[in-house]
Parts: sequence; structure tokens; C-alpha cells
Amino acid sequence: MSGEETVADHGVESGDSVHLVPVTVNGLARSATVPARRTLSDYLRHDLQLTGTHVGCEHGVCGACTVLLDGRPVRSCLIFAVSVQGQEITTVEGLGQLDADGDPRSLSPVQRAFRDCHALQCGFCTPGFLTTITAGLAENPEPSREEAVEMIAGNLCRCTGYQNIVAAVLRAAELTKDPDAPNADDGHRHEGDR
Amino acid sequence: MKPAPFSWHGPASVAEAVSLLAEVGHEGKVLAGGQSLVPVLAMRLASPAHLVDINKIADLAYVRTDADGVTVGALARHRDVERDVAAGAAQPLLAQALVNVAHPTIRNRGTTVGSLAHADPSGEMTCVLALTGGSVTAVSVRGERTIPAAEFFLGPLESALAPDELAISAYFPRAAPFSGSAFVELSRRHGDYALCGVGTVVTLDPDGAVVSVRCGYLSVSDTPLVLDLTQAWAAGPEEAAEVARAAVDPADDIHATAGYRRHLAGVLTGRSIERALARART
Amino acid sequence: MATRYFGTSMRRTEDLRLTTGNGRYLDDIGQDAVAALECAFVRSPHAHARITDIDVTDALEVPGVIAIYTYEDLEGPAAEPLPVLIPHPALHAPRTGYPLANEMVNHVGEAIVMVVARNRYLAEDAVERIRVSYEVLPPVVGIPASRAAVHAVHADVPDNVAAHLIQTVGDIDGQMASSPHVLEIDLEIERSCSMPLEGKGVYARWDADDRSLRVYSSTQTATSVRAAIAAKLQLPLGKVEVIAPDVGGGFGVKIMHPWPEEIMIPFAAMKLGVPIKWVEDRREHFISSAHERGQSQHVKVGFDDEGRLLALDVVFWHDNGAYTPYGIICPIVTSTQLLGPYKPRSYRVEFFSIYTNTVIVTPYRGAGRPQGVFAMERTLDRIADHLGLDRTVVRANNFIQPDEFPYDHGLIFQDGRPLIYDSGDYPTQLGMLKEMIGWEDFPARQAAAAAEGRLLGIGLACYVEGTGPGPYEGAHVQVQTDGMVDVAIGLTSQGQGHQTVFAQIVADELGVPFDRVRVVTGDTRRFGYAVGTFASRAAVMSGSAVALAARAAKAKALRVAGEILEVSAEDLQLVDGVVSVKGSPSHAIDLGQVAVLSNPLRYAFDDAAKAATQFAKPADPDKPPVAPGEEPGLEGRDYYSPPRSTFASGMHAAIVEIDAGTSDIKILEYKVMHDCGNLINPMIVQGQVHGGVAQGVGGALYETMAYDENGQLLNASFMDFLMPYVTEVPQMELGHLQTPSPLNPLGIKGAGEAGVIPVPAVLASAIENAMGFRISAMPVNPNLLFALRQAHEAGEIPATATNEKVDRT
Repeated sequence: MSGEETVADHGVESGDSVHLVPVTVNGLARSATVPARRTLSDYLRHDLQLTGTHVGCEHGVCGACTVLLDGRPVRSCLIFAVSVQGQEITTVEGLGQLDADGDPRSLSPVQRAFRDCHALQCGFCTPGFLTTITAGLAENPEPSREEAVEMIAGNLCRCTGYQNIVAAVLRAAELTKDPDAPNADDGHRHEGDR
Repeated sequence: MKPAPFSWHGPASVAEAVSLLAEVGHEGKVLAGGQSLVPVLAMRLASPAHLVDINKIADLAYVRTDADGVTVGALARHRDVERDVAAGAAQPLLAQALVNVAHPTIRNRGTTVGSLAHADPSGEMTCVLALTGGSVTAVSVRGERTIPAAEFFLGPLESALAPDELAISAYFPRAAPFSGSAFVELSRRHGDYALCGVGTVVTLDPDGAVVSVRCGYLSVSDTPLVLDLTQAWAAGPEEAAEVARAAVDPADDIHATAGYRRHLAGVLTGRSIERALARART
Repeated sequence: MATRYFGTSMRRTEDLRLTTGNGRYLDDIGQDAVAALECAFVRSPHAHARITDIDVTDALEVPGVIAIYTYEDLEGPAAEPLPVLIPHPALHAPRTGYPLANEMVNHVGEAIVMVVARNRYLAEDAVERIRVSYEVLPPVVGIPASRAAVHAVHADVPDNVAAHLIQTVGDIDGQMASSPHVLEIDLEIERSCSMPLEGKGVYARWDADDRSLRVYSSTQTATSVRAAIAAKLQLPLGKVEVIAPDVGGGFGVKIMHPWPEEIMIPFAAMKLGVPIKWVEDRREHFISSAHERGQSQHVKVGFDDEGRLLALDVVFWHDNGAYTPYGIICPIVTSTQLLGPYKPRSYRVEFFSIYTNTVIVTPYRGAGRPQGVFAMERTLDRIADHLGLDRTVVRANNFIQPDEFPYDHGLIFQDGRPLIYDSGDYPTQLGMLKEMIGWEDFPARQAAAAAEGRLLGIGLACYVEGTGPGPYEGAHVQVQTDGMVDVAIGLTSQGQGHQTVFAQIVADELGVPFDRVRVVTGDTRRFGYAVGTFASRAAVMSGSAVALAARAAKAKALRVAGEILEVSAEDLQLVDGVVSVKGSPSHAIDLGQVAVLSNPLRYAFDDAAKAATQFAKPADPDKPPVAPGEEPGLEGRDYYSPPRSTFASGMHAAIVEIDAGTSDIKILEYKVMHDCGNLINPMIVQGQVHGGVAQGVGGALYETMAYDENGQLLNASFMDFLMPYVTEVPQMELGHLQTPSPLNPLGIKGAGEAGVIPVPAVLASAIENAMGFRISAMPVNPNLLFALRQAHEAGEIPATATNEKVDRT
């Protein structure tokens, strides 16, 4: 994949300017030539075929499209691909992939924690949470519950009611420190269960 | 929900940017963080033919603090300003207000100068610029000028910037000695636009007596409203609230009635002043 | 003994792909195939208008535009109105739209013109250049305008009434006349909607050689979408495949079908012979999908000194929007589920389902129940207030008792079956809830807060939810020769963890390790008979069906193994994927090997298959290789069709604090008691409840559909439609009671919708308790609460009495 260049036929409307957009995505050099109005989310999903990044609103509110741009979480639907020429991007695909044995421990602490804590249901918003929390924990490796809430406060989830996502932030912090940290209650834990 | 076509320009210097703006500014827009502009483009509420994208002008990505105050370059992201220790010490109102600007992910990309140029009366930073008596510096091929806050905001989403001008920095004066500030707002959800917000700067004399109480308001007027409530506060919190309620000029929208926003202006005035006073006294 | 998976919080199989970016949602389909063309629609900007002209000339000049379709291009059944999915005798004036508008448009957002282009950007460019001329007609917006019927949504329905239904049990008039106390109450509840994070979407690929159509749709019912497409596009059912890929949330809106786009995208794919995709954007979802909830209610109630309901007489008006494609399910549910865990001596309910020039109303999680619970629980609070009784006492005095099940209400439920509750224990739940929230201690806590100038309030609400309605679901279980077990159900998934929970059931029933079971859902290629995912029915219906299918496969495995091992099937057991003779574990055969031998072969395609070939072992020359009545292969297929729904229940309580200055509302505590029978996977059930409560909080405090008088939806974006973030959802505490259902083989009841149902009623009760004046409309927000306080101070809203003997001074 390294250095691969795609020139998609976008069908250029008059008034569109067209640009070569080289970027580093998940450590690999990628590029494609796209119209200026191509959003970074569409560029990642449809020009680079990295469909793990999801688009929930296209106006910057839901956070599903959050990727890391030079390490910082940003909304990829609110950035034009052409604006990030030469920059580094991390998408959910770059956080961790299952190894050949399918061992869940090959995933990143945040991905593991989401599974441990049942922090996802339909999974559509999940990539945005995973990227946001990955960056958040890099900055603050031991968040309090309040800080965990603040960390995810800009992402919408319609399925989970957030309870288990907050738990997953704390669990991910635990797994980052100790990948063997035992998980409460054999497979999951929940705040406030009787 | 896709933007209409446009021509993109990615100048590498301010000189290049202003020369482009001289050429296309009347049918173009400056793109910095884009956190307000891109949704407008995506919904095709605006379709500029040209975008002059300043994200490659690295020289503009700075936050500088000196004896006079804090100067924020046009490419400084909100998050950079919010976390700048020296800036926070010189003008605490910056971070106090910035934590209310949307969510951290938006602040990672959105720029402080961009939000001033956007001139949204519900924007926290417009209020801070007005309340602190700061200014915006703009450059065009015609030269450079510094526009005081009082002259910068002309109306809702309307600034004094000419189409060919690029706002390159904003200046926020250093907080006075023996002063304290606070920023209080109520929004529907955490991170939403405020239904009403009040920023306050209180100044004391060395003996701790109140010398000055000034409040700035957002979401209750067409341009940032700043009130000198020194006398009113001396007469008591209810008087200050009453002056605030009388001075604001809110509008109804789907989230709140004008009457409720006016009521909030009164309530939040007292809370903001109390908090600023407490800080001034510590 | 093997692990039992039922009842265990197994981590989800789905998560391994969904946390790594390897899900396949609608917009991810077809990346490697021929690039799909994309679509955009011209949608009506008017709530009510007649289309007088459509001019597409300029749009044709946009580069990359391939085709433009209007109603004129439709033919045959596709040009007829979309189906009325659930006809009902009381729905006397059903109306539906067309795949593309046929002369009239009846709400903002209705599709008029379809543009197919190289990509969505270009399609939108073309949409901007299409000029549609309209004769604008007066719009009917809101329940009062619809009832007034000065204007009609549909000219041939002048009173705007689509349906009118009355159900009566007992001597309502006599009981009312003799009641010691009678109250009348008016209540309002506003619109909200499902709003999944992934909107709708359709991808269609036409195989011209095979004359077959493959359609992916982000739907809650693949089988019925398939049938609708086949009917509308005049294709044999066998030539249409519909697959629900990973679906990014549904919550009801995706059970509605066929959406115009589900007809138009396949239509265009057939016309153009290339794959076509449409991915709904967020604005489209707001103005052209579905909403729910809006009702006005009038309650007249007669009761005795203990607050016992003697006569409950309810009339309500249900805003069904512009069309009635989903029939009157929501108002029927409201009218029946209103009863909750209570047993009024007599009950009469009457509803009018009425047209407005707004987006259609179809079920959203809860599907009419939140409104019914709101009516009942507000009524019980008013009774408590009137009598000066504790709110929990009034409820307890009306409960159906544990020894009264099955309890027949004498009404007809939404599945056309009698409303008979199967099991439950309401008094125990209430006791547990009161302990969780600290009900008895709250007055002291409230008084202490009041002394500090803080306004605290407590509230509760109870509900019963009919879950798992029929008619049926089915399942197919197939043991492969390598011992892996493939399970297929026709019902779809939108995040409920079906791949995991159905694997748990099959692993237990069949006797194989969990990780050998692979589950496929919502793919008509794999299972063609199904109804859909709605009404909290997947676990009950498909869970029961997979259990029955697994039992059938197991019975066959034991039969085949019995012949091989030369013992009777009754003497065999199947544990951990091995069939063995009871008491003689070394006398055993692998389940995969049983699968090999269950399919007599001529050709050995691999090593294992050799054992099943014709010369592998001596055979009885007088018996056919496949015995009469048997089929080759190790499979089980079965269906579950229950006599009626099973009834889950729950009770929630909350403590709120109101900011005395700003009227801001904060939920301090939120407690949930929940009874959905036996739990397959407690972790998943808890997650369902959490999510439901969060949506309930959204509906109670944040979400509305802000239509103006012209029928424009003013908040059609995530900036202005206020779905809760984490910061708006309280930390919850859950308690479970398990009263198994006697109706199905696993004793389970549905759980999907439960969390959302009582929340508006709970929060209305708590806010009322904090403020000391009546709350009769939801949602409530600080702005509205401020207005109510002013109205109360002006004497326009009466104070509540000091129930629970609270000193509010």
C-alpha cells in the first residue's frame, strides 16, 4: 500500500479545483487526487477505502468521524482533505487489528476495554469514541470518572446511554498500565448494577 | 450534505494570502479552523467560489504573552490558547471562556481569531475580546490596521473586516492587578451555544474595595454587549441584575424565549460577579 | 459438565470487527466492486403543495449526472401508492405516498425527483439546478390545527381523521357515576424520533445475465423489504435478495418500509445496469424518515378513597403525520399499554389518529408506550395529590397481584391477540425500587435541601410492556463437517448483540462450545422467512426459534450417531461437540463426523468426506441411503409462533434538582427496576436498559420537533435537535427481578424498548414534586419550566398538595 496513489474519477464540476493529497495514514504513505471540496472523511472512506471512520451528521456535532490529526482528535467531516496535505492521520483501523490467532489481547487497550465493558452496541459511533479516548488517555493516563466523562463529552451515542463507555475509559486506563489487569465480573463490569 | 464546488488556494505566507484575497476576496472566504464555516458550506447555506486556506501559514500558529497582554495568531487553535500557561496567567478570562466553546475536539481545530472574524454574538471569544477591550489586527495589500473590539463587531456574523483583509492576530490585554474574572453560561447541553452567558472582570483597590465591575454578555444582543455595573453592584446584586435585564436585547428562538434569556442575564450576572469577586480576593 | 452460556455475560462476537473498523455498514458496501453511482433527491420545500412543473434542463448539464427520474418514469405497481403495511378496520381513511411525489406533496422533505450521478457531490449539484414549480396549499401543522380541520391534509379526508377506535371494558358510565372522586386531566406529549447515528441507506446491484437483484438496505426487516421490492418491481421473489449489513442503530425508524428509496434505488439499478447507492444524510433523515410520540390526551378518572381506579376514561389524539403506511400500531399500543401494572374496574379508551402536513409517524422505541404510561402515571400522581396519599401507595393499591396471572384485561393488543399478561410481580418490584431510591427517607432529604434554598424532587413511574409479538420467527441450524455450527435467522440486527446471544442459546441447546457457533442475521439468501426486529421481539422470537432449531439438529445428531454407535438415541448425550454414550464417554463420535455421515456421498471431496461414500462401509441393501422422512445433512429448522405477546415490566424512580435561579433541571439519581424474565446475557440486557433510559431522558428534557406554522422543521440538525451527550445522562443504577414467561421455551421476555418507556412520566413526577405545581406536558426544559413558574406565580397553574407530607417551605 505504501506510496500507492489513486486517481479516482470524481467527475469534476466547473469551479472545482483538483489537488493531489498525500498523507500518512496509520503509518503508511497514501495519496489520491481529489476535488478541493472532498471532506477528509469522504477522502479516507471512499478514496483510501478506510471505511472504519464513520460519518453520522456531516456537520461536526456527532463525533463519529473523529480521527487523530497529528495526534489530536478532530472531526474529519469538518476538514477538507486538501487542507491536511502532508499530515499524519490515525483512524480506528490504526489503533489495533486482531492478530492471526484472533486473540483479542492483540487489540489496543481502548478497543479491549470497549469489548470488556460492552461500551458499544451498533458500533456506528464507536470509531469516534475509540480515537478520542486513545488521544485522551495519552494526555491523561489516569482519569477520574469526571475526567472520563469530559473526555467523551463531544461524542454522541444513541445506543448505550454512555454508562459503559465511561466505564470503558476507566478500564482502558487500567489495561494501559497492566494488560493483564483482571476484569471485574468475568467479562464485563457495569457501574451501578445490583 | 456536500459543499458546492470551490477553488482552493493554500498560500504559504501572509503576503501570498492577502494578494490572493485582493484577487478573490469579494467572492471568497478565508478558511482557518473551519469549525463554523464548513457546516455552512456542507449545508450549502453559503457557496463561496474561492477558499483561501491559511492552514499552511505556520507563522500564524502562535500564542505570545508579554507585559501588555496576550497576542493570539490566526492559526492558534482554541485548545492552544486554552492551555497556554503564560496566557492563562496574564488573562485568565481566556481559558475561563474557552472551556465553554463546544467540545475539546472542536477546540483542537477551531481558531480563536477565526471565531472573532465569524463575529457570532453567541461566541464566547467575541464576548471576551469586547469585555477585555482587546483588538484584532488585519492585513491586506492595502496595509495593516488594528481594529479595537468596540469597532470590530458590526452586527450578527458581521465584522469590520473587508473582503480583502486577513485577520492575522487578536490581542487581549493583561488582566489588571487586584482583579478577578469569571465566565458563567447556561446552555441546553454541555458544549452547546449558550442561551445566555456572562463574563465578568472585577477590579479591587489594594485594600480590597471594589473599584470596577464590568460584565460582557453573549447570546442576548446583536453584538457583544459590555456593561459597567460598578455602581449597580454597589447598590446590590438585585440592582445589578435589573440593570443587566434592562440592557440586554435578546430574541426568541427555538431554544429559548427572549424573556427567559433576559431573566438568565439577570441571574447569571450575579453569579458571574460573585465568582469573579471571590477570585479577585484570593 | 459443559459450560452453560445462557445467563452469562459473554463478551460480544460482534465487537472484534466493530472496534477495529471492520464493520460493514451500508455506505461501506461495494468499495471493491464497480464503483456505485450515487443519488440525491429533490425534496419538497413546502409542507403542502401541488406540483405544477418540473424543469430538469439545467441539471442535465452538470458533469457526471447519469439519470434523472420523476414520477412520470415509474410504471406498473411502482407508480401506485406505497403499501399500507398493517391494515386495520378502524383505519377507515388510510393514505400513503408514492416512491416519487405524484402531483401532491404533503410534508417538507417528500421526495420528488431522483438524481443519479457519479457521486453524491455531483448529484447535489444537479439537485440545486432542478426547478420545481408549486401551487402552495395551506398546511395543517399540529394537533389543534388538525382537529380544527379548517384545512385538510388530504382533500378527500376533510376531518383529517385517518382512524377512530374505541375499546371498552366494564361498566364505565356506571362506575364513573358512582365514584367518590372524579378528576379530569389534559396532557400533551411532543414529537421526538429514533435518530440512529447511521441514517437509512440502500445499495442495489442488478445482474442482467441472471436477471436478479441484490439489495443491501439499512433496515430492520430484510424479508419484508425483499417482498415489497419484488412486488413493486415485478420480479419473482427468487430473483431478489435483500441483506441488512451492519446497521448503525434503528430504534424503530428502520422497521418502516418500503421507503421510497428502497424502491427507487433498485429501480434505477435495473434501468441503468450499474450498482447504485443512496446514503441518507442527516437533514434527509430529519425531514423524510419518521417521527413519533406526539399526542394530546384527555383523561377522566373516577376513584375511591384509597385511590383505586373505578373508572378510567381516556380520549387521545395521535398525530400520524402526512401518511399512514404503518397503520395505527402506535395509538393501539398507547391505548392498551396505558394500563401498565394496574387493574381499573372499568376502562374506556378512544383515539383519533389524525393527519398533519408533517413527516410520517411510525414506531420509535417504545412505540406509543411512553405516551400511555405518561397518561396513566400522571393520573395516578393527581389522584395521590387529590387524596393526600403517598404516590407509591396509590400505585400499590391498583396493582395486579402476583397470584392473578394470567391476567386478562379484556382488550385486543397490537398483535390482534387478547391483552393477557402472562406473569409478573409488581409489589416486589416496587418495594425494591423504593429501597434503591430511598423513597421513605426522601422527605427529610428534600426538607434539608429546601432549608439551603435547593429544590429537590422525587418521582416514579411503572410500566408493563408487551414484548415478543408474533406472528413468528424461524431459524436454521446447520452442523458443518468440521464441527462448526452455522445459524441463520431472517430477523435483523441493529446492535443488540444477536450474533452473541443466539450463539449462546445454540451452544447450550446443541451442546457445542460457544466459539464454534456462527450466526448470520437479516440475509434473505440464508433464511427467507422472518418478520423483523421491533417490539422487543428478537430475543423472545428468534431466541426461541434458534433454541427449537438447535433441538431439532441435536435430535437428528443423536439419531444419526445412534445408528453409527449402534445404541438408542436416548442413551446418547451431546456435550462440547462430542456425541457419547451416557456412562461410557470413550464410546463417542465427534459432531463434525456425525455431520459427515449424515450426508451419504458418492464423491469424496476431502478426507473427512470419504467416510460417507458408498463403498466406505457395508450397508443394508434393502434400505435407501437416506431413510424415508429424513433429509441429507445435519440441520435443524424450526419456527416459533406464540399464542400472544409476553409482558415484561419495570419501574423507574428519579431525584431531580431544579436550579432556583435558572430553572435548569439536573437529574441527581436514576434507579431502574426491570423484569424481563430469564436473562440470556445480563450485560447486554443492562446495555439495552441504559440506552433506553438515555433516549427517555432525551425525550423528556431535550428533544422536540420544532415545526413552525408553515410546516418547516426548524431544528433539522444535530446542532438544534438536542440528543443527549454523556453530560446529559445521569448515572444509573439497575435492579433486576426475573419472573420467567410461561409462553416460550426459554422463559424470556423482551428488553429492547423497556428503558425508554417510563422516563417522561418519572421526570414529570419528580419535577412536579420539586416545584409544587402541576406538570402536564412533556418535554420540559429550563425555558419552559421558567414559563411555567411564571404562570404558576400568576395563578394560572394550580399548586399540588403536599403529598408524602413534604414541607416545601
